Amino acid sequence: MSRLIARFDVSYPRFRLHVDVDLPATGITAVFGQSGSGKTTLLRCLAGLERSPTGFMQVGDDVWQDETRNRYESISIRRIGYVFQEPRLFPHLSVRSNLTYGFNRTPDQERRLSVDQVVEVLGIAHLLDRRPHKLSGGEQQRVAIGRALLTSPKLLLLDEPLSSLDSERKREIMPFIQRLYKELKIPIVYVTHSLHEILQLAQVVVLLRDGKVVATGPLTEVFSRLDLHRHLGPHLIGAVVDTAVAEHEHQFGLTRLEFNGQSLYVPLQSLDVGQPLRIHILSSDVSLAVGPSATQTSALNILSAMVKEIAEVDKATVDVRLDVGCPLVASITRKSAIALGLKPGQRLYAHIKSVALAEDATD
Amino acid sequence: MLLSDLDWSALWITLRLAGATVLVLLIVGTPLAWWLAHTRSRFRVVVEALVALPIVLPPTVLGFYILVALGPYGPIGQFTGLTLAFTFWGLVIGSVFYSMPFVIQPLHAAFEAVGKAPLEAAWSLRASRLDAFLTVASPMAIRGYVSGIVLGFAHTMGEFGVVLMVGGSIPGKTRVLSTTVFDHVEVMEYAQAHIISAAMLLFSFFVLLGVYIVNRKFPIHVS
Repeated sequence: MSRLIARFDVSYPRFRLHVDVDLPATGITAVFGQSGSGKTTLLRCLAGLERSPTGFMQVGDDVWQDETRNRYESISIRRIGYVFQEPRLFPHLSVRSNLTYGFNRTPDQERRLSVDQVVEVLGIAHLLDRRPHKLSGGEQQRVAIGRALLTSPKLLLLDEPLSSLDSERKREIMPFIQRLYKELKIPIVYVTHSLHEILQLAQVVVLLRDGKVVATGPLTEVFSRLDLHRHLGPHLIGAVVDTAVAEHEHQFGLTRLEFNGQSLYVPLQSLDVGQPLRIHILSSDVSLAVGPSATQTSALNILSAMVKEIAEVDKATVDVRLDVGCPLVASITRKSAIALGLKPGQRLYAHIKSVALAEDATD
Repeated sequence: MLLSDLDWSALWITLRLAGATVLVLLIVGTPLAWWLAHTRSRFRVVVEALVALPIVLPPTVLGFYILVALGPYGPIGQFTGLTLAFTFWGLVIGSVFYSMPFVIQPLHAAFEAVGKAPLEAAWSLRASRLDAFLTVASPMAIRGYVSGIVLGFAHTMGEFGVVLMVGGSIPGKTRVLSTTVFDHVEVMEYAQAHIISAAMLLFSFFVLLGVYIVNRKFPIHVS
């Protein structure tokens, strides 16, 4: 499988970025961290806008930087699309000319996307003859994405493309970003500090803090690591699960989802059977029960689970990492943990009080 | 007609001088203004001060040094054997220094306003450095160019001290409009002095008016 390998070590007066990552060059990889953690600097190093004196950077078979061999391609040579935080459209050009700016500078044999195709995917056909300053923020950002796509990049870098937009505009753009990798198969590195965007978009997460990689891996794994659990944000995500729609129970207004042999019920969805649906579960919405008495409850979503790890958070609370076919974290009281006699390897049942759809997550 | 052939030739020389000066300043000034806008060098402030110097220096002082430099015993005369003092091209050299801030400062400000962000965007869209300069930075800095050209041209037309020092107001050769006015007044030809002065006054006013209207009417939208 195609990989994205990057090693950078750059120092600034008050900041040092020191990373060494090996990521799948497919799908959406989210670079997550607080402001000042080095997310944008990492992206600029990947693009070739900042140069690490000892850096290395490779996407698939293309080595764009290898300082041990004095190799450093400038950004205009690297086949990278960069969407900045602010759209940076060229104000003296029409939307159409903005879109074709990079396209016209891309050799015929490297073009994999047509202008019509990109205009269609991004829904910007009605904007082509306008000037950038006549566009809304969301429209501008869509044009900026389209402009980058039309250079047929092998890697698309998005630097908080939604951060300057209100939630209405965010909802408007999010589906386009999902279509980018589903329909156009371009690997994306997506910088954000929004948990919401990660939950909805990412398959792989790189967690940055103070210029260093704290964790990297599939979203579900990173979000269930107990040592990181309390640092990921105000909402303690217990699990992010990619499920498929199994059946609709119209008479109850429910949809049954399946993943790894387990079932979960959510309110009736308009998706077809077999369609993927990502959900997440807050760790505080998980309670634990030993034994089959679980069948005598009004709770609908009960998963058989095995205890993997227990971590004390404070005097009152413990986090329990479970295996339910995927990792799941439960935050319970220490008193209950002792009463249940929890220990690794123990089999029990996890009651899920609430399941959230990734689309509905809020910041 | 009150104006003599020599007055008309002064007009022609003035226009040629202003045109040549602005042309030289665009060629030399664009890279210099670009450098000023983008460098992090410690010497930037020194260069900025040098560029602004002609604004505060008495034109006679500037003219004096240029006269010495261009004369037969100056560095240029010593090396090339050319004496540029009291010639048209000597005037051009003097004017280039004299009008330098009026072309470079608007360009510098315009490039600085454009900033690095649109350039990075252009590079990421596969444009080379030169390509990005020509197709993004220059059109975005167009107002700086218009201001620089117009102010440089008008300011060169209005100079007196430097052209008198370097050119000597030789009729038909280095006598420009401003020195013509002086010469007319010297010999009490007030009518001619009035005509030329009024023409220059109106010209200057409308040039500046034009610059301000253009700036107001076509603001650059930087998103």
